[in-house]
Amino acid sequence: MTHSATYKTSLAFLASAILLLFFADLGVSTLHPWAELGRMALGAITPNFLSIDILLHALAMTVGFAFGGVALGAGVGFCLAMVFHLRIVRVGCAFVRAIHELFWALIFLQVLGLNPLTGLMAIAVPYAGTFAKVYAEILEEADHSPMRALPAGTPLLSAFFFARLPQSWSHLRAYTGYRLECGLRSSAVLGFVGLPTLGYHLESYFQVGDYSQVAALLFLFYVLIATLRVWMRPRLMPLYAIATAVLLYGPINTSWANVTRFFTREVVPAPLRGAPLGDAATWHALGHWAGDLATRQALPGAVNTVVLTQIALVATGVLTLLWFPLISRHFLGRPGRLAGHVLLVVSRSTPEYILAYVFLQLWGPSMLPAIVALALHNGAIIGHLIGRYSNGIDLRPDAPRGLNRYGYEVLPRVYPQFLAFLFYRWEVIMRETGILGILGVRTLGFYVDSAIAEIRIDRMMYLILLTALLNIGIDAFSRNLRARLRLTTTAKVE
Amino acid sequence: MALFELTRASIGYNGTPVLHEITLQIEAGERVAFVGPSGAGKSTLLSTLFAQQRERAALVPQEYALVKNLSVFHNVYMGRLHRHSSAYNLLNLMHPLAREIEAVRPVVSKLGLEELLGKPVGELSGGQQQRTAVGRALFQGGEVLLGDEPVSSVDPLQSRRVLEAINAAFPTVVLAMHDVGLALDFTDRLIGLKGGRVEFDRPTQGLRAADLDAFYHPA
Repeated sequence: MTHSATYKTSLAFLASAILLLFFADLGVSTLHPWAELGRMALGAITPNFLSIDILLHALAMTVGFAFGGVALGAGVGFCLAMVFHLRIVRVGCAFVRAIHELFWALIFLQVLGLNPLTGLMAIAVPYAGTFAKVYAEILEEADHSPMRALPAGTPLLSAFFFARLPQSWSHLRAYTGYRLECGLRSSAVLGFVGLPTLGYHLESYFQVGDYSQVAALLFLFYVLIATLRVWMRPRLMPLYAIATAVLLYGPINTSWANVTRFFTREVVPAPLRGAPLGDAATWHALGHWAGDLATRQALPGAVNTVVLTQIALVATGVLTLLWFPLISRHFLGRPGRLAGHVLLVVSRSTPEYILAYVFLQLWGPSMLPAIVALALHNGAIIGHLIGRYSNGIDLRPDAPRGLNRYGYEVLPRVYPQFLAFLFYRWEVIMRETGILGILGVRTLGFYVDSAIAEIRIDRMMYLILLTALLNIGIDAFSRNLRARLRLTTTAKVE
Repeated sequence: MALFELTRASIGYNGTPVLHEITLQIEAGERVAFVGPSGAGKSTLLSTLFAQQRERAALVPQEYALVKNLSVFHNVYMGRLHRHSSAYNLLNLMHPLAREIEAVRPVVSKLGLEELLGKPVGELSGGQQQRTAVGRALFQGGEVLLGDEPVSSVDPLQSRRVLEAINAAFPTVVLAMHDVGLALDFTDRLIGLKGGRVEFDRPTQGLRAADLDAFYHPA
């Protein structure tokens, strides 16, 4: 008997992940991880809302940067979607969205300094790349026939606004709303590099072990995300725009000289700066610089990034398959599903960076906290989508129950969707893997972070460039694999 | 010179020929109906003609080509997008202008859609949607109307009102029709298509539906 291509692919992924586990650093280096976990758990059940003004200000800043950055990204992305058929635009967008917003923040911190503009741009730039692609796809999916029936000589703009935009409007709005939720998570994480959002306060509470404050901050964040539909009304947009402007308004202490210096000096490989280009010694030094960068940072960083990505991807898949029944009507009754929903909402609302940060406090810097964080967050996202998809399936009344139902009736039906979502998520997981290095796991982000600590901006830039190339590569590979296995999904996940 | 002219034209999609060596002329002022079984090539012929007179013709496509989440008013108004600036059109999209509503009203009342002016087209029945598509073409106006089964989903009584309105508004009318009775009553030239070829081309004067039995049901 022969097995299907999807089955063989799944086995190959599972085998590769198990093999890679032998090479991965999974050690626990903290002395009392369980005692620390106990203190965290105690904090979680005794949230401290006493300094509510600080908490609310952190939340307001988080919303402000998210709203401003996403709005800016959506506006620019929409314009780019109009010209997305141009190759240069497609390639440019693929490139900017291959660089994680936290890396963008590190770049803009160097160029613009620590000011509101840095936070806004860090979100707006990569989001614009994603918006451009997805908006273009949504507009393309609209029915083209009204366009063809228009009278000859209809102005292009009128044609677009009457015959194309109204059809796509609800999809565009829904997607933008979904991205705002992502923006809130991105904005929260930007705090870890110094912007005054949630992550900033979270880190300082963690450093003093004040877990009750951490819990209070996270609870408020969950409430914020869970009620997104209530407070994010189109009608209130102008109000939010003004509030964002007032909130973020501050001195933009960017010096033009700084910006110029960044582009003309700091990104230039150190041996070339002001060195005589005709001199052989300059090129010798450059060779040494490049070799050092490649063998001591780029290569180990890239290998660790790929290893961690593969393990985290498979762990995400396994967790998804365990989790989706929790919200599926084929397996649980209403109360059980409600509990499942709460678990999945909390897991997917917590940015993987924050999850990784928490587990890192518990276990110390190894791949273990990163794998667990990535699997929890991404498994909850895909588990939610697959669970919802399974609810659309009707089983015959005499279908088997329990494990037999799972294995024979449900899993075979959802499996292609599951793989499609998982492979969509591959590139996202790799992007996240890169930045988790900033926390101490030795992926590319680790070397980016140390390059900044040593004020070697040239190194930082080339390493970030390498993460972008890896992400673009994985994206192309995943698309290819999906096409070969004929996997498609109905929903969009970025 | 004829308004439409085809000489030994063969047209196909992706290498599969749909029309074979069609030769025909349609003069301004004629009222022509293409009849024939489905798959005979009527729609292809009609869109070929539309491409010939893109500037002068208004089209009622078979699939209506309406924007489902816009109102009847906006869909009908789209027939005149080319007469206004984009800024004006945009204003009218966000807030329907009184003068445009008054301009659209006589057209929709002729088609029995006046009550539905503000309704999104997606909420209408098939027949109402089809009448909206006709309304758009009527509002656009011009010298020629090309209609691909423009009353296929409209009830018999309404069909006659719609075809009367079309004939009153356009000097030249070319329709693809499956209802031979209506074709005989509202056009003066019948072109029979079968398998992508012209089977007959004759005036409707003195012709009865029964005369075409042999064409539809060959012994």
